[in-house]
Amino acid sequence: MSRQRDDYENSWWRKFKGWVDGEVDLLAEGMEIRAPQMQEEGKTDKPSAPLLPSGTAENPLRETQPTDGQLPKIAEERRGIRWLRRFYQVMSVFLCLSIIFVLLWTVAYLPAFGNAGNPDNNEVSARYIERGVQETGAINIVTGMILDYRAFDTFGESCVLFIASCCVLVLLRIDITESGGRAGKRLAESNDRLFEPKDDVILQKCACILVPLILVFGIYIVLNGHLSPGGGFSGGAVLGSGLIFYLNAFGFRKTERFFTEKVYRRITLCALTFYCLAKSYSFFTGANHLKSGIPLGTPGAIISSGLILPLNICVGLVVACTMYAFYALFRKGGM
Amino acid sequence: MEMPLFVNMEETVSIVLFGIGFTMLMLHRNLIKKILGMNIMDTAVYLFLAVKGYISGRMVPIVVDGIQDVSAYINPVPSGLVLTGIVVSVSTTALMLALTIRLYERYGSLDLDEILMRAKEEEKI
Amino acid sequence: MRLFEMILLLSLVVCAVSVAFTRDLLTSIVIFMSYSLIMCVIWVLLQSPDLAITEAAVGAGVTSILFFLTLKKIRAIRKEDQDEQAKG
Repeated sequence: MSRQRDDYENSWWRKFKGWVDGEVDLLAEGMEIRAPQMQEEGKTDKPSAPLLPSGTAENPLRETQPTDGQLPKIAEERRGIRWLRRFYQVMSVFLCLSIIFVLLWTVAYLPAFGNAGNPDNNEVSARYIERGVQETGAINIVTGMILDYRAFDTFGESCVLFIASCCVLVLLRIDITESGGRAGKRLAESNDRLFEPKDDVILQKCACILVPLILVFGIYIVLNGHLSPGGGFSGGAVLGSGLIFYLNAFGFRKTERFFTEKVYRRITLCALTFYCLAKSYSFFTGANHLKSGIPLGTPGAIISSGLILPLNICVGLVVACTMYAFYALFRKGGM
Repeated sequence: MEMPLFVNMEETVSIVLFGIGFTMLMLHRNLIKKILGMNIMDTAVYLFLAVKGYISGRMVPIVVDGIQDVSAYINPVPSGLVLTGIVVSVSTTALMLALTIRLYERYGSLDLDEILMRAKEEEKI
Repeated sequence: MRLFEMILLLSLVVCAVSVAFTRDLLTSIVIFMSYSLIMCVIWVLLQSPDLAITEAAVGAGVTSILFFLTLKKIRAIRKEDQDEQAKG
């Protein structure tokens, strides 16, 4: 502790203070770049800052084009911007601290951790545990819950995934027909894998060993969702990661053989439609006290628990395809 | 006297993480840092939910040997909620990152202030 | 076991703070990956292995890969712009 701090400029405390004061941009060395012509002009604060009084927040953004007659006004404006920025930072730190304080105060009055008598361990979870195996046929109560008792919720989640991948497709797609210019160049670059080693031998050998293992593990998780931890969501994510790894090692030339946009569309559509129809059928029969005719089987066998196994496969397919689609879209702007 | 914040240690940590994520969201101007802060907030909320479902000394809610007693397993409801939430948080993250890439293509900056300023200028023209 | 849990929770907070204070975006994303892994161990301690598998595959895997890809894409765009400026 007795060491002399000569390098005050580089010390941690100086950086922290500068960051709090807004003098130093902590990310200036990172990714952020600033166009040179914007450097001279004063920076503005966020106009959408929730804490600023609206009249003053709008002010600095009105005039940014300097003319000769306005110089004193600009200086004044710049001071105003600096003041606003400081004000915004102080107020946001204050807001965050007060939110943390209030929440911690609430935590201090919560019932003790891990107590069986806590109010959230109520009759709902007791019912799931006591009757779950008889009613759903699944050993894993969590899977039985999310794919049987609350299956429509899970259907909504799968649709959210599909919609998100559609939005990413809209945002990042590069049109192949519009060849030439920036888009064509970018497509060629991403196909060419400009920023990576091409056909790296070490990576490919590792992938030869690891990809089958990862894929088999993912399929195991999906198929055993009703017997052991896992299920459609986790298994789908593992499968998607395996596909991403394969793509990384061998490039788009190999994956395009079995996974194109058409395949993605068909798999997702079939899985979501099957999910919707199956669950509609079981809700229809359940609401009208009809016999659904789907045998639950013996709990613990691999083919058991009625609709849960096919639904798990559907969810797994949707999740895996979505993960792969995200990666392909971010990488190349197409599948 | 027992400190209640120390007894509910997991809850306290999740609140602190939520605060860190929220502060990142408010104070950082870089969009990618904002998205990281958002992710930290996500995981903090999941931690809080899962901690509320935990009961000490009990097992994973997977029926073993046909024991179907309430006093044997933890609460399965929060696990189910968080399981779907984790996957949805990935899709929101992907959407936000795609928007970030588009913004960078358009304005050449990751700084939110600068993007807003340029958008304002373009509006004037 | 309680001590182990305390250490994990503490390192969770340390990871979150260092994500906030790291200057380099790449470093902060790698720290975020380790944050997800610690979270995964905490899920196992909280008796939810379903969540642990999902978090390990999703949080430490796919999310971080998407962040890396975003950084790469942004660098490619920046390089393109510089090339164009050099030409024009």
